[in-house]
Amino acid sequence: MGSTEGMGICHAYTPDGRCVSLLKILLTNFCIYDCVYCINRVSSNVQRARFTVDEVVDLTLNFYKRNYIEGLFLSSGIIRSGDYTMEQLVLIAKKLREEHDFRGYIHLKLIPEADPRLVEEAGLYADRLSANIELPRDEAMVRLAPQKDTAVIKKAMSQVRLKVEAARPGKKDRARPPKFAPAGQSTQLIVGADGAPDTEILDRSASLYGGYGLRRVYYSAFSPIPDSSAVLPSSKPPLMREHRLYQADWLMRFYGFSAPEIGEAATGGMLDLAIDPKLAWALNRRERFPVDVNTADREDLLRVPGLGVKSVNRIVSIRRWRTLRLEDIGRLCRGIDKVRPFITALDWTPGGLTDAADLRVRLSPEPKPVQLSLF
Amino acid sequence: MRVATLAHEIDFDGWRVAARALRLEGVEPAQASFRVGGSAEQGGLFDQAETLAPGTRASPAGPIEQNFTVSKTFVDLAQQVILHRSADRFDLMYRLLWRLRDEPDLMKVTSDIDVVDALDRAKNVSRASHKMKAFVRFREIEDADGPNAIAWFEPAHRVLEKTAPFFVRRFQNMRWSILTPDGSCSWDLKTLTFGPPATADQAPQEDEVEEFWKTYYASTFNPARLKTKTMQGEMPKRYWKNLPEAALIPEMIAAAKGRSETMVATPASAPNPRTERIVAQFDRETGPQDRLPVDLNELAAGVQGCRRCPLWRDATQGVCGQGPRNARLMIVGEQPGDQEDLAGKPFVGPAGRVLDDALIEAGIERSDVYVTNAVKHFKHEPQGKRRLHKTPNAGEVTACRWWLTSERDLIRPRAVLMLGATASLAVLDRKVAVTRERGQALALDDGSAGLITVHPSYLLRLPDPVLRAQQREAFVADLRRVRTLL
Repeated sequence: MGSTEGMGICHAYTPDGRCVSLLKILLTNFCIYDCVYCINRVSSNVQRARFTVDEVVDLTLNFYKRNYIEGLFLSSGIIRSGDYTMEQLVLIAKKLREEHDFRGYIHLKLIPEADPRLVEEAGLYADRLSANIELPRDEAMVRLAPQKDTAVIKKAMSQVRLKVEAARPGKKDRARPPKFAPAGQSTQLIVGADGAPDTEILDRSASLYGGYGLRRVYYSAFSPIPDSSAVLPSSKPPLMREHRLYQADWLMRFYGFSAPEIGEAATGGMLDLAIDPKLAWALNRRERFPVDVNTADREDLLRVPGLGVKSVNRIVSIRRWRTLRLEDIGRLCRGIDKVRPFITALDWTPGGLTDAADLRVRLSPEPKPVQLSLF
Repeated sequence: MRVATLAHEIDFDGWRVAARALRLEGVEPAQASFRVGGSAEQGGLFDQAETLAPGTRASPAGPIEQNFTVSKTFVDLAQQVILHRSADRFDLMYRLLWRLRDEPDLMKVTSDIDVVDALDRAKNVSRASHKMKAFVRFREIEDADGPNAIAWFEPAHRVLEKTAPFFVRRFQNMRWSILTPDGSCSWDLKTLTFGPPATADQAPQEDEVEEFWKTYYASTFNPARLKTKTMQGEMPKRYWKNLPEAALIPEMIAAAKGRSETMVATPASAPNPRTERIVAQFDRETGPQDRLPVDLNELAAGVQGCRRCPLWRDATQGVCGQGPRNARLMIVGEQPGDQEDLAGKPFVGPAGRVLDDALIEAGIERSDVYVTNAVKHFKHEPQGKRRLHKTPNAGEVTACRWWLTSERDLIRPRAVLMLGATASLAVLDRKVAVTRERGQALALDDGSAGLITVHPSYLLRLPDPVLRAQQREAFVADLRRVRTLL
């Protein structure tokens, strides 16, 4: 039973706006590590529980049959040892695949300390593997997650990359090598727990994307937890900061920006929260604008604020047949206001607008009025 | 006005035949309209049927066509748009079909007002199909033939037929039915059949697994990140009444603020008493950085923890030399590359293969040689999905000489072969012009012999095959020469 086809499906959304696609559970929340940002750290007084292997298998199948989920995202607190924990995770994936012919999606968390043979086995059953790098600063890891070691996590990622590459069929191969984590690997960084500025986070991401062929780096704003540690008190999660980091990440992956370029417009290493990072970069590099939508290279069009990859692809394709006017661009993008100062079209030049001193103010979204508390 | 009657709401074939006939007759879009059958006055394809042979001029608009073809792009788009619930969808597609006569490249102009309109509707249809894949919720019942899963669903557009094959692929080994106000479909493990429209009360009203699902849904929500607009954008309210979990949303939203404020306001509690005992097992010994390693194991451990320069930060691991403790020949390269950094072993990438082949040709067993690098961490710059090699600078080479010297002291080779400028700088502590000094035996300060040659990656970079062959010969000749020094 089951299928995975291209993009995963979000089967529900919770009021936090996040997608519920997989049954994302821990095998157990017992843990022998003491990571201060985590509710399940050994020193926390949270109530502990543990699923049996069969319980996880049944729950996954029952949810899947009712079309609630795309599959299973399984992680666990560390119990006994990294090897023992990883063995249990692999066992669940193996049962689903081999005993129940489950063809839905399986994402397994890697326990980086586990034996490389277990990682190899995990890759045979899972669509995706991930090891969380957690903290952008290695020094912070020592302080906030003392039992974890960035070097060990990176080595686990290296191993996955080498295995994924070895499983890619070569041109001359007659038989396909066995699949290994066909949906690749990803990782997660916690934002706002260790004092690392945005530029440092983006440098770390760039280094991870380049080094380990990651499909995604997920940024997770550090969020309040029950029973928080005195070392890291709870506070409101920096959601806008998280959003800007995702935008910057997109610029690196799809728009040809490098981490240092995005950092040019940062202040004290932090991205502008009021405007998106591409607009911030463009305002800082106005000598590169306006660009002519009818003649500019794709790479230059991708740098225009307000034009996404799809809009740019359409512009490049249409202009072989028609010369574009401002109105046409308006129909190809979400809002022309942000685009207008940075382009010329058949019937449009921005004149002094590109260099206007108040351009930033004009393009900043109105700050939302804050509802006063009634009490 | 010409009115074409179609058999049903998503009668693409009927529309296609009618639209083709109308365009051949030269009927302008303003004069044509499409209606879905079922009304009293049924008159076949056209209501005011004047039968015209193709090519006969019916109105004076434009030249007569004998026949015409349209692109696949148009046909695919029309098939999508026709599933849209808007009343004028057939007219829009006929207008586009008409305009294609004079503007054959129109479908490429995705900024045209009609094209944009059609693309938008197709996008809405595709979204409705996607949401159907997401939001159908089966309820399982037992009947005479065993378990049967049945869902009631109200799609935003008429996407049942388009989307049903997805459920066949996904739930091949399950009997299931999906009931909608537009029609129904069911799968009996062998065939997919479509049936008449249904009503909500024909579907089961409960399923005990829903309670587990609701528990999961409620607990996966983070109350500190309330973003109801985003949720509604992706899960519009029109779908809520058929989603069991959606009933919980109002309560979850109402309690969110209080829950998250309580978490922030609650002071940290005393650590769990078991903590100390459990954490104690992890105490790691971190040795001093400046003690000389007494063997290769200690050296390897030292390199892993090395912080003498910042290169460790973006590398995966330090890559030490590899080879026997009593090797007579030591080969020093520049630094680990991408593959070496991942594998933790020197010379396993493309340059390593060049070196291996050349060693064989020169009659040297690689397993007899201690192979290492001047710099132990990979210096690089990320570029998209790759890492571009960067030459280590003199500071980094100097910092790392500590380890190279330790390796030389532990191995005490009779000869040291330096591959390229960085290796020469590391061993000789001076800048070297490789092309000028290569191939000459040098006396090193520890009494061993030294020899400089090019780095094998230099051979890989040479574009001219003739030059490459020559240089490779010279490289092998240097390897043969170093053999005489052992």
